[in-house]
Amino acid sequence: MERVVTALNSALRSLMEADPSVYLIGEDILDPYGGAFKVSRGLSTAFPERVVSTPISEGGLLGVANGLVLSGQKVFAELMFGDFTFLAMDQIVNFAAKSVSMYGDRMEFPLIVRCPVGGRRGYGATHSQTIAKHFIGVPNLPLYELSPVHDSALMMPQIFQRGEPAVIFENKILYAHRQYESDQIDDLYSRRCLDDLGEVVMLETGEKPDAVLIAAGGMVPSCLEAGRRLMLEAEIAVDIVVPYQLYPFPVASLASVMGAEPILAIVEEGTAGGTWGSEVAAALYAKYWGQLQSRILNIHSEDSIIPSARHLEDQMLVSSDNIVRAIADAL
Amino acid sequence: MSITNTDQSTDLTRGCWDPCLISGCNLRAFDAGFLGDLSPEDDFRLMVFIRRFEEALLRLFQEGHVNGTTHTCIGQEYVPVSLMPLLQTGDFIFSNHRGHGHYLARFLDPEGLMCEILGREGAVCQGVGGSQHIRRDRYFSTGVQGESVPVAVGAALGLKRSGAKHIALTFIGDGTWGEGSVYEALNMASLWSVPLVIVCENNGIAQTTPINVNMAGSIASRAAAFDVTFVRVEHQRITEIRSQLSEALEGVRQTGRPLVIEMMTQRLASHSKGDDTRDESEIIRMKSRDWFEQIDGITMERRAKIDHDVLHAIDSLVECVLAREASSWKGRS
Repeated sequence: MERVVTALNSALRSLMEADPSVYLIGEDILDPYGGAFKVSRGLSTAFPERVVSTPISEGGLLGVANGLVLSGQKVFAELMFGDFTFLAMDQIVNFAAKSVSMYGDRMEFPLIVRCPVGGRRGYGATHSQTIAKHFIGVPNLPLYELSPVHDSALMMPQIFQRGEPAVIFENKILYAHRQYESDQIDDLYSRRCLDDLGEVVMLETGEKPDAVLIAAGGMVPSCLEAGRRLMLEAEIAVDIVVPYQLYPFPVASLASVMGAEPILAIVEEGTAGGTWGSEVAAALYAKYWGQLQSRILNIHSEDSIIPSARHLEDQMLVSSDNIVRAIADAL
Repeated sequence: MSITNTDQSTDLTRGCWDPCLISGCNLRAFDAGFLGDLSPEDDFRLMVFIRRFEEALLRLFQEGHVNGTTHTCIGQEYVPVSLMPLLQTGDFIFSNHRGHGHYLARFLDPEGLMCEILGREGAVCQGVGGSQHIRRDRYFSTGVQGESVPVAVGAALGLKRSGAKHIALTFIGDGTWGEGSVYEALNMASLWSVPLVIVCENNGIAQTTPINVNMAGSIASRAAAFDVTFVRVEHQRITEIRSQLSEALEGVRQTGRPLVIEMMTQRLASHSKGDDTRDESEIIRMKSRDWFEQIDGITMERRAKIDHDVLHAIDSLVECVLAREASSWKGRS
C-alpha cells in the first residue's frame, strides 16, 4: 500500500528528474532529515544543486524562490507549516501573484508553494490552521489541495503549465494515509473523473445519491467514513465530489452532478467565517440556481483557534460525526 | 567590458519622439560597452535629462495628467548615471518606488516611461504598472520596501547556478533597512556566496522620518555582521565613483560574494509631492551641494546650453505623449 507522502515524494522526484529547471527550496529539507514531514526525503541527495535548504526565513525563502523563477527556474517552495505562510504573504501575494499581470504583458510564473495544514496532530493554535480562506480571491493565485484520490505526479505538471504561482495545501493527516491508486476505493466507493484533466473526482456508491458532499482532499477520509456510516446505519447514499483546485472553483465540472441530489453539502476543516465553502456555494448558486433542489449546506469547524488537547480539538474540528448528523438532519 | 545579451530586447523606437534629442545618449550605447566613450558632458546631459523629466512630471501632476503619485529622485540622479555603465545586459536590476532615474539611465527610454506614468499608448507596461511597477528584460521595480532584496538573492542564485558572471543589483533606501527581509536576504546571500549587490541610496530621510530617529548603529556595521563587503561613496564625482565601484563590482562577478554600497546622497524634493517637512534652510543648504552646481570640467555656458537643449527635448516629449491615446491593457488575461 502506497502512502500519500510517498506518492508526493515520488511525484517531486520524477518532476526534478524530467526537468533540470525544477528547484525545491525550504527549511530542514536536506537528507537525512528530509523535511519535517519527510516529503523531500532523498531529493537533496539526488539533486544537491537544486534542493536549497534555507535558514528560518519564510519571507526570505519565498523571495529567493521568486528570484529563481525570474532567472528561469520552476520552483517548489515548501513552508514547514501553513500557519507560516503569513510570514511570506508579501512575497506570495504582492510579488509572485501580482507579477503575472502588473507589468502589462502576462508573465509566466511557475512557482508552487507547498504547505502542510490542518489539525488533529495536537500542535495547537499556531501549527494547525486550515488557511485556504485567507488566500481566496487573489488574482492569478490559484489554490489547490493535496488529495489521496488524485495523482500528484499528474497534477503538479499541470499546475506549472498554467504559468501562475499556486499554493497547495497539504492536510497533515493525509501524509500517512493510503494513496488510492485503483478506481475501486473500497467495497462501497468507486472513483470516476468529472473533467478531462482528472482534477475533479467523483467518489460514488453506484446508488442514486440522497446527498452529495463537496470536499477537498484533506476531508476525504472523514467524508468516506461518514458516507459509509450513513449507508450502513440509515441506507442514505452519499456521493463525494473532490476538486483538486479549490480556487477558482471548477464550477463548470459539476454540471452533471447538479439537479439530481436532494441535499448538497460543502465540507471543510476550516473554521467559520469567510470560508472556502461560502465561496463555493456562491459560485454554485450563480451558475445552477434553477437546478438546485434545496439550500446548500456548509459544514465547517467552529469559530475558534485550534486547541492542543485531543478532546478540545475534537469538540471544534469537523468530524465524520458532524457530517453524519448534518446530512441526517437535512433529510 | 563583456556583454552577454541574454534577453530579447524591447523595441526602443516608439515613433512619437526623436530619441536623438538627447544627443550623445546613443541608444545602442549600453550594448557596446561604452564606458570609455562617455564624456563628462554626456553624463551631465543625462543627469539633467532625468531632472527635467521629473520636474515635468511634477508639473503634469499639478495639471491633473498623472493618476496616483510619483516619487522623484531629484538630487540623486548621479547615482544611476554613474552605476549603469558598469552593468551588463545580463545583470538583473531591481528598482523601487523612486526608480525613474534607474530606468532612464538603464534604457534611455523617456518616452516609454512617461507614457507609462501618464497611461498612454507606448507605455513600457501598458499603463498597468505606473510609476512604481516597471518590468523590462531583467529590470523589475516594485513598490514594497525591502521586497526585492530576497528576490535579488534568488536571481543571483540562479545566475550563479548558470555559471554566468552576472550580478543581481537592487536599489534600496536608508529607510528600507527597517525591513526584516533585508537581513534575511543578506544572511542567505553571504551564506551561499551569491553575486548580490545592494545599492543603498542614503538620502538621510525615509518619507518624512530622518535617519537619526530611524536607524540604530550603521549600515556598515550591519553589512559587517553578515561578513558582506561594504563600500561607502561620500561624494558626487562620477568618474571617481565609477573607478571606485567598477573594482568592487568586478570583485562580485569574479568571487560571487555579495556587496553593499552606501551612496551618501540627498533628496532635494519631497517624498512624493508636497510632503516635505524639512526646514527650508536645510533644503537651501542641500541645494548648494547639488551636483548641478558642483560639476567639474563643464563651463557655465555649456551647462546652460545643454540644459536649454534638454528642456526643449522634454517639451517635445510632453507634447507628443499628451497627444497619445489612452493605453490599453493588451496583456490582460
